[in-house]
Amino acid sequence: MIEANNISKSFDGKQVLFDVSAVFQKGKTNLIIGASGTGKSVLLKCIVGLSHPDEGSVYFDKRDFTHANKELQTEVRREMGMLFQGGALFDSTNVEKNVMFPLDVLTKMRYEEKLERVNFCLERVGLENVNKKMPSEISGGMKKRVGIARAIVNNPNYLFCDEPNSGLDPQTSIRIDNLIKDITAEYNITTVVVSHDMNSVLEIGETVIFIYQGKKLWEGTRDDIAASDVRELNDFVFASRVMKELKDSR
Amino acid sequence: MKQLGKFVIFIGQLFVRRESFRTYMKLVFDEAIKVGYNSIFIVVIVSVFMGAVTTVQTAYNLISPLIADPVIALVVRDMTLIELAPTITAIVYAGKVGSNLAGELGTMRITEQIDALEVMGINATSYLVLPKIVGSILMFPLLVIIAAFVSIYGGYVTALVTGVISGTDYIIGIQMDFIPFQVIFAMIKAVTFGFIVASISAFKGFYTEGGALEVGKSSTNAVTSSCIAILAADFLLAYLLAPLLTL
Ligand SMILES: Nc1ncnc2c1ncn2[C@@H]1O[C@H](COP(=O)(O)OP(=O)(O)OP(=O)(O)O)[C@@H](O)[C@H]1O
Ligand SMILES: [Mg+2]
Repeated sequence: MIEANNISKSFDGKQVLFDVSAVFQKGKTNLIIGASGTGKSVLLKCIVGLSHPDEGSVYFDKRDFTHANKELQTEVRREMGMLFQGGALFDSTNVEKNVMFPLDVLTKMRYEEKLERVNFCLERVGLENVNKKMPSEISGGMKKRVGIARAIVNNPNYLFCDEPNSGLDPQTSIRIDNLIKDITAEYNITTVVVSHDMNSVLEIGETVIFIYQGKKLWEGTRDDIAASDVRELNDFVFASRVMKELKDSR
Repeated sequence: MKQLGKFVIFIGQLFVRRESFRTYMKLVFDEAIKVGYNSIFIVVIVSVFMGAVTTVQTAYNLISPLIADPVIALVVRDMTLIELAPTITAIVYAGKVGSNLAGELGTMRITEQIDALEVMGINATSYLVLPKIVGSILMFPLLVIIAAFVSIYGGYVTALVTGVISGTDYIIGIQMDFIPFQVIFAMIKAVTFGFIVASISAFKGFYTEGGALEVGKSSTNAVTSSCIAILAADFLLAYLLAPLLTL
């Protein structure tokens, strides 16, 4: 379980996050949704510690990560896996070495064990026979899946995904969403997903928080999102005609 | 000034939270191959011409019956060893290795590869940058040795081809009044320049912000700043160490 308490963050005097608190539950896919530029990525960066919040703190299973010393921070980080928006694969090495990387530096496993684990993870994300391909030689969707494989290879307790399906076709999106959801349940991981895709919200949003202009305006589950009376959330959810018609038909 | 402070912190960062020694050994080896081996070609080309031009120039400048021909070779040797081989090679090295290194780290930064390392709990500064600096400190002196050798040999070939002085005089000249400290001096310069190019370029690349355009800018900045730092350090070392040459 991850608890974010009263997170505020400014850049050059411009406040981006206002006192955001949220709880992300273990074994569930927890979504952060909101329009473009509202501070979702900044919130995620504050949570994983790539950015230091001006105020507030983040607890990983009761461990204060934001104000932890280097040792504890490293310890918590080694339990994290993260999928970046663009995949962030190391472009100087091939797919296999990318996925093996966390094992290489963080564990003392034998090569055969590592290879077995890598192949298992690649298989898990539906990628076979791409081991020797370079990141530049595979498609965007494949990069994302390799990114997921790399994020889960070291059995993380926490998984973070920044817009796992932006720029992908609807079918691939749903595959990736479901993959994240399945892995989360299967290994009992605390997963946080940033998204602005309504399909994924309805598909995998076991808990959802809605960020609007740096503030948390709503939280709940995918089932009560349609019934909410927060106007900004309604505007966000029912932005498309199809969604509106769907609501009216209910 | 703010940049300088940030640079000092950056260098300090290199030595905290390190991975296993073996990991580093491998990384240093890879980097050494990358910066050293891949620069040999350009260094050799530049050095041949460096030697040739110095020989011809010196020969024309010292055209006096009072100066014996071997002195020309002596001047060529001294200039090459204590100034040209380390400094010119460093400038060339900054252009090739410095820009490359800043571009590589800059790209890693904007594509979030550096963030990915940090999230894994790896100190990206020391993991990515330390091996590059150590590799550079190890390899650049070797490049300078190659440069000095090729350059002096290039001068010899030039002497033979153009006949500005005879080959025998050249051979006599390069052995005249040789001060072994010159070689140490050259190596001190080489280690310093190797450090300067790698650390400044890595610094510029590592703190790239923005997109592809900024990566290009970081590369250019890396070369410019490295060159200025090389020349400043060159002056400083000359000022501090040259008196030792006459001891
Ligand atoms: N490093 C930074 N320096 C200055 N401002 C920043 C920085 N990072 C983010 N911001 C600002 O913070 C705001 C929120 O950005 P953020 O990236 O969190 O948006 P987002 O909700 O993730 O949007 P998207 O869905 O488009 O990714 C933006 O106005 C952005 O300009
Ligand atoms: Mg974002």
